[in-house]
Amino acid sequence: MKLVIINYGAGNIQSIKFAFERLGYTAVLSDDPDEIAAADKVIFPGVGAAGSAMEKLKASALHTLIPELTQPVLGICLGMQLMCNYSEEGNTQGLSIFDVPVRRFNQGQKVPQIGWNNIEQLSSPLFKGIEEGSYIYMVHSYYVPLCEQTIARSEYGPVYSAALRKDNFYGVQFHPEKSSEVGENILKNFLAL
Amino acid sequence: MLTKRIIPCLDIKNGRTVKGINFVDLKDAGDPVELAAAYAREGADELVFLDISATEERRKTLAELVLKVAEKVNIPFTVGGGISSVEDVDILLQNGADKISINSSAVKNPDLINKLADKFGSQCVVVAIDAKQVNGKWKVHLVGGKVPTDIDLFEWAAEVEQRGAGEILFTSMDHDGTKDGFANEALSRLSVSLNIPIIASGGAGNIDHFADTFTTGKADAALAASVFHFKEIGIHELKSSLKAKGIPVRI
Repeated sequence: MKLVIINYGAGNIQSIKFAFERLGYTAVLSDDPDEIAAADKVIFPGVGAAGSAMEKLKASALHTLIPELTQPVLGICLGMQLMCNYSEEGNTQGLSIFDVPVRRFNQGQKVPQIGWNNIEQLSSPLFKGIEEGSYIYMVHSYYVPLCEQTIARSEYGPVYSAALRKDNFYGVQFHPEKSSEVGENILKNFLAL
Repeated sequence: MLTKRIIPCLDIKNGRTVKGINFVDLKDAGDPVELAAAYAREGADELVFLDISATEERRKTLAELVLKVAEKVNIPFTVGGGISSVEDVDILLQNGADKISINSSAVKNPDLINKLADKFGSQCVVVAIDAKQVNGKWKVHLVGGKVPTDIDLFEWAAEVEQRGAGEILFTSMDHDGTKDGFANEALSRLSVSLNIPIIASGGAGNIDHFADTFTTGKADAALAASVFHFKEIGIHELKSSLKAKGIPVRI
């Protein structure tokens, strides 16, 4: 299986690569559109600010490539948020794969949310064998509200989307690569899609 | 529900853990990677590595260590100690650190906090603050608590939040090493007045101290070293006990 992690200069890519290595898979880091398009599975990571990450995607013309991919794609954290249609973070236009805006936490809760929270109402093969209420590691200041494409939810002030799915596109707000065995099982499930 | 975090802290010198560590089930208790993996298996929520080496090669040694930890450990970790530039941080994050912690360098050059938050995001910028009470006022201290300043803890904490810090790691020098409990009054004041997570450090001696710092101290996370290293408190035992007291923890 050819597994590609999109390398566009915005993300803790090393950790994701190592997480797959612990599972026995070698991931290739790439910003080459041909190599990404030819992969069996694609990981779309992201850490940092939405605006600058989107600029970096555009600089490598990846903003047009990603929505056209037909193999399973997993957006992680900011990666998932960039797959939505708009983010309040820097008024950033997203890739519009998921038809939902990204909002900032603003109900008096501490921001960023940092730490282990649980995921519920798991409804996707991505969560095969994962128990309801399992703990995963979240680090974020912006969130995706519940929508038709929600496949897992979590609560921090509002109840929000912990994961999304549309066709071959999956997104997780949390960091599976840092979420202990639960995260590893979710990554295994993604590889098995 | 977001849970309270338990964070063992490992002191690192020249790539090895220091301070007596009593982990009988490890082949090499001085190996930070092996120790980190053991803590992750026991249920630690995060780890902090504090580099206290003073050699010229420290940057290279630390970067190599971070890469090895990231390879083996499946929970988040923070790296601190002697970090003073955007370049330092860039290398550590590229090698797989999730967060970095700055302390004296932030006091000397507060703009560093803004620069790091802008470039890497607030979520990976932890500002560590060491403070103790001088004539009844909490004053920031530098160089591991050795050098006093006239800076007020609460004013400085508000400034680091405003400059873009994502978390504050507050160590009370008055409580550190006493095993008498955390500085809950100051912690609670920080936690209520600021809108970013606060990590309590200094004073852990028993399980009740952790419970108190989460309830009375309103801390979001608690960090400790020797009580974990010497197995005076097991991580699993601690979290089970906190859960029984109604404190949300990941088990």
